Amino acid sequence: MGSATIKKPELLAPAGNLEKLKFAIHYGADAVYIGGQKYGLRSNADNFSFEEMEEAVRFARKYGAKIFVTTNIYAHHEDLDGLEEYLSTLQDIGISAFITADPVVILAAKRAAPKVEVHLSTQHSTMNYKAARFWKEEGIPRIVLARETSFEDIELIKRNVDIEIETFIHGAMCSSISGRCVLSNHFTDRDSNRGGCSQSCRWKYDLYMKDKRYPMFSPDDDAFTMGSKDLSMIEHIPRLIEIGVDSFKIEGRMKSIHYVASVVSAYRQAIDAYLSDPEGYQLKEEWVEQIEKAATRPLGSGFYFAPPESTGHIYGSEDHSPGYDFAGLVLDYDDSTKIAKIQQRNHFRPGQTVEFFGPDGRSFTQTVGTLWDEQGQEIDAARHPLQIVQFRVNRPVRKWDMMRKQI
Amino acid sequence: MKKPELLITAGSCREIETYAASGADAVQIGENRYGVRMPGNFDIAGIKEAIQTAKQCGVRVYVSVHNLIPHERLDGLGDYLEKLAEWEADAIIFGDPAVLVTLKERGLQMRLHWDGEMTATNAETANFWKKHGAVRAVLARELNLEEIKMFRKQTDMEIQVQVHGITNIYHSMRRLVTSYMDHLGRHTPDMKYGAEQGLYLVEHERRGLKLPIFEDDAGTHIMSPDDICMIENLDELAEAEPDSLKIEGLLKTEQYNETVVRCYREAIDALYSDPEHYEFDEQWLEKIEELQPPGRELSYGFYYKEQVY
Repeated sequence: MGSATIKKPELLAPAGNLEKLKFAIHYGADAVYIGGQKYGLRSNADNFSFEEMEEAVRFARKYGAKIFVTTNIYAHHEDLDGLEEYLSTLQDIGISAFITADPVVILAAKRAAPKVEVHLSTQHSTMNYKAARFWKEEGIPRIVLARETSFEDIELIKRNVDIEIETFIHGAMCSSISGRCVLSNHFTDRDSNRGGCSQSCRWKYDLYMKDKRYPMFSPDDDAFTMGSKDLSMIEHIPRLIEIGVDSFKIEGRMKSIHYVASVVSAYRQAIDAYLSDPEGYQLKEEWVEQIEKAATRPLGSGFYFAPPESTGHIYGSEDHSPGYDFAGLVLDYDDSTKIAKIQQRNHFRPGQTVEFFGPDGRSFTQTVGTLWDEQGQEIDAARHPLQIVQFRVNRPVRKWDMMRKQI
Repeated sequence: MKKPELLITAGSCREIETYAASGADAVQIGENRYGVRMPGNFDIAGIKEAIQTAKQCGVRVYVSVHNLIPHERLDGLGDYLEKLAEWEADAIIFGDPAVLVTLKERGLQMRLHWDGEMTATNAETANFWKKHGAVRAVLARELNLEEIKMFRKQTDMEIQVQVHGITNIYHSMRRLVTSYMDHLGRHTPDMKYGAEQGLYLVEHERRGLKLPIFEDDAGTHIMSPDDICMIENLDELAEAEPDSLKIEGLLKTEQYNETVVRCYREAIDALYSDPEHYEFDEQWLEKIEELQPPGRELSYGFYYKEQVY
């Protein structure tokens, strides 16, 4: 495929708060999706106030980035009071799209906020081109496909319907068909389709067969679980671009800024590298490593090639330490003294090995030397959260570069 | 008060005859490529025979086409819908809008019941599907009675609620039992994990609850640990003016379902013939309790629950 036919996909990142949003954009996201105080699916996340959304939009505009707001609950009647007013306020704030699942919200958005695009959420589990055609005729410009769609499914939809396609390329996945799980409702009286998901799919279960009344496992076997590995498509960027996916979506509004920045930056580099030279493109090991340094679960390729089997799930312990902690954020750098001013994000001390990285793939590793506090007093460790410290760095760094340490 | 229809799922022609004789007004059938979680093993020829059987028994017959439809089944959908129209199914039940698009392409007019499973939660959304041809909304089992009443007020569509039986609480397109058994190194190709195997899960912190689990062509289904039973409260439910009361017969014996249909039939007839003097007859519940599978409680589902989020 010649480069003339290649369309640049959007890289769409999650942000649970304003700081994460700024880092997502600074590290290369073309668009960021956030939740407001209502109607989204992460009632546990920080979520944005209207004022914060205004700041988000102002910040995004400086970078030419867009802000989308999740409004993808399946609404009950009690949720509908104030919906139109809410959507209309978001239009005034200047967001670019609503991510919606329930037709009641789609209809309200069209009435109350006609200037804002309405995207169909993955919660609607669209998996075939006729369903896509239906939504196109309803005036929907973009569909976030079901997580169950494969490369072939996406190609079929793109070939048959002229509509923007957004797919998840990275992050945690519902192992159920999205929206088709009410485990939380049954176990904890929390409505999963209105943001109350208790992640019961990641709990541990015993499997029995009734007729024979015997367990399907031995006492020392791993327990049954529905918990899925996280998705990572960093190794398959060329194919995703070639089949015409319009937006590459990263999951994780609850994730840390270190996670968001690392993942966004890796995909940003891979996408840009492919677009600038499709023929000569090669996957770089450092992008994969960058992602692994942030990953909180083992990774897989979801349904893109085939439905996940035993190796696509997490049996035994869910714990999967990425091995790295976000240790500090660069606030300033003095080129004459080579001293960086760093805001502490995790305990570190002289003698420790740390890695600096920035948005464009710059990174280097060094040992922390003499450490000073903000007033220039030598200290034996950076032990206070958000404390400002200084030390000499081996290479130039920039404001908003990150520093991580091996655990 | 308009008397609601009594509807039950059926997995064979014999079951259709039994339930019709016991007092069902309508049966829901389906085969498992386009239908989802339907009892029995109807193939397409079997569906034809079942429709005929229902008609001979004088009950309406609705065919489930409400699975989400992957591409590999999309091509066969049009022909299947044409057959269902030709055989004069009284309605088809849909969830995936691909069904609507396909009907339009083929120029088929059929009565349509919209069943979004757990996503059918408000009347305005039901009215959206009405605009696209649906005449009935099948309400999410996670709605409570007050919400159902509100739903009723805000639509003139028929509304169907489940009054008895098991509900699906999780549907994945992954083969989760196969994957797990494979992980343990215990899976062999001859092992089956279908509905008839009686597999169930027990969550480690909730040892008292058994959640049936099975695999089929549509993936893995996890089912509620209890059975809805609203027979004691049909008078309260009547205030919501439902048009159809559904009994889910999945994972139950024909004998159990027959008894359930009989008891609801008697209760509905008594209630709607003379609502003023209606009195609940304890025997109806006792007969069901006698046959209730051990370890599965009867519950009111979400009818009287508040959920948080």
